[in-house]
Amino acid sequence: MSNSERRLEFRNYFQDNLEKRMVKDKIVKIIVIACVAIAIIPLGSILADVVRMGIEIISFEFLTTLPGAAGSGEGGIANSIQGTFIMIGMTSAIGIPIGVLSGIYVAEYANSRVGKLIRFFNDVMMQFPSIVFGIFAFLFIVLVLGKFNLWAGAIALSLIMFPIIARTTEEALKLIPDTYREAGHALGIPKAIVILKILLKAAKGGIVTGIMLSVARIAGETAPLIMTILGSKGWFRGTETAMDALPLTIWRLSLLPYDNAVMFGWGAALVLITILLVLNMSVRYLVLYRKGGSGSLGIFMRITGGKK
Amino acid sequence: MEMNALDVLNAMKKGEKSPTKTNEPEKNIPNDMASDSKYKVLIEDLAVAYNGKKAIKNINMKIPDKAVTALIGPSGCGKTTLLRTINRMHDLTKGAEVSGKIIIDGENVYDASINPILQRRKIGMVFQKPNPFPTMSIWDNVAAGLKLNGVKDKNILNEIIEDSLKMAYLWEEVKDELKKPAVALSGGQQQRLCIARALAIQPEVLLMDEPASALDPIASQKIEQTIIELKKHYTIIIVTHNMQQALRVSDRTGFMYLGDLVEYDKTEKIFKNPEKELTANYVQGRFG
Repeated sequence: MSNSERRLEFRNYFQDNLEKRMVKDKIVKIIVIACVAIAIIPLGSILADVVRMGIEIISFEFLTTLPGAAGSGEGGIANSIQGTFIMIGMTSAIGIPIGVLSGIYVAEYANSRVGKLIRFFNDVMMQFPSIVFGIFAFLFIVLVLGKFNLWAGAIALSLIMFPIIARTTEEALKLIPDTYREAGHALGIPKAIVILKILLKAAKGGIVTGIMLSVARIAGETAPLIMTILGSKGWFRGTETAMDALPLTIWRLSLLPYDNAVMFGWGAALVLITILLVLNMSVRYLVLYRKGGSGSLGIFMRITGGKK
Repeated sequence: MEMNALDVLNAMKKGEKSPTKTNEPEKNIPNDMASDSKYKVLIEDLAVAYNGKKAIKNINMKIPDKAVTALIGPSGCGKTTLLRTINRMHDLTKGAEVSGKIIIDGENVYDASINPILQRRKIGMVFQKPNPFPTMSIWDNVAAGLKLNGVKDKNILNEIIEDSLKMAYLWEEVKDELKKPAVALSGGQQQRLCIARALAIQPEVLLMDEPASALDPIASQKIEQTIIELKKHYTIIIVTHNMQQALRVSDRTGFMYLGDLVEYDKTEKIFKNPEKELTANYVQGRFG
């Protein structure tokens, strides 16, 4: 049998097979779409429920006044909103520098063995149930100081926050091609400056994403807060006392047997989701797009440059 | 491909401007390798190994001041490795080991007392692929080496940036849009921007690692013109795959093969009358 005849056979073989493969292709496509739908339906319905229920209760009074008697349907959740912002601020003050710097260390300084070890512990820490950090802060800060304490809460939350930031910072830095490091070093720029002024700028997109993810995560944490800031019905009175936060309020209200209280819980949940959404979008805008120069090209360059 | 190269060679013989003849008087290319005073960079017994595997071995070279020295040879022969030893770029490579000496102005670059950061400020480097800093404007890119090393005076910066961009033959094309992001430039402009960035730190030696290999013929012609102009002020060492480019821009050429410096001499000699058969075969395009 000559070569060309054999080739004709091969060609026919592929054509015979065509329909079967097309069917397979369709099946895979259907499965993929179905899985996406299965994932989105609960997410969408939760979000829809929160918006539908929450929107009913939200009013100016709800957002700006202290809570009234439980289940009375009076007052608002202003102290919890304040507490959530304070907790995000204090946690970020601890967690972001530690997270970003340790991410830099693993990506740029650690030799591969030390880097692997740190990354391993980092990953383990990310898997920890958050209540473990709450217990840790309770034992070593709350019990030692003898009072519920905002710093205890912030430290517990920052232990959740910084492994996430460290990991995303490391990944973002590793995505930057070595040619930029080399270009910096070839200009006689010291390593630390190359990292801070050139690489961090280029990795900004990834790092900001990591920070916002971690903020969203800690803003919704309840368990560590139960053991550290406890909850309260009053305004902020210094870091040495108990304080409320939105997840605590949602958790507490949802357990109460009064319809009014449960409705407040829905409202608080909607407020929390909205805060995170607005925070995320405004931080992204400020950090990534603002200085993008004029026109969409500048913005495009900044986004693509930032995500490299 | 090889026919094309020959055409170019013939055209050059017929009287196209040859930079080796017009731009540089013969006296800058010393015949004897004995007197060291005309040399900027001395390479002595240099060897580099990656994780124990030798990449280049026992290189000895004297590189003349204010001239272009080209390194040619097939892929993997160690040209780039050799180039990167000169500004200690291998410090950043894991598993790279360098032995031997590189002497610039009487100082061994690998001496323990030498700070590689200060050393690199004396040496500019242009890489194979244009790599302007992606988040910076044109102005910031050229200023990077100065600003990040502590130069803050805006007037001085502006003056140096204009001068560097002019030397890299980019000024006319970008002078009105210095605030534009550097990545918006074309590939050839980006590479000239990288040359300007390297020149801004006022180096004495300029290392170029296949600076035109990622560019189209017109852009590479511009880069070559830039190189020919620059050698009036700098010691230039260029790695190239393009033999015609080596012939056009360089005064001296080193041919490397499998980690050895096979032959190193005046460019004309290497291309027209090389000592070694291996060199002759390579420059005539019989392998590589």
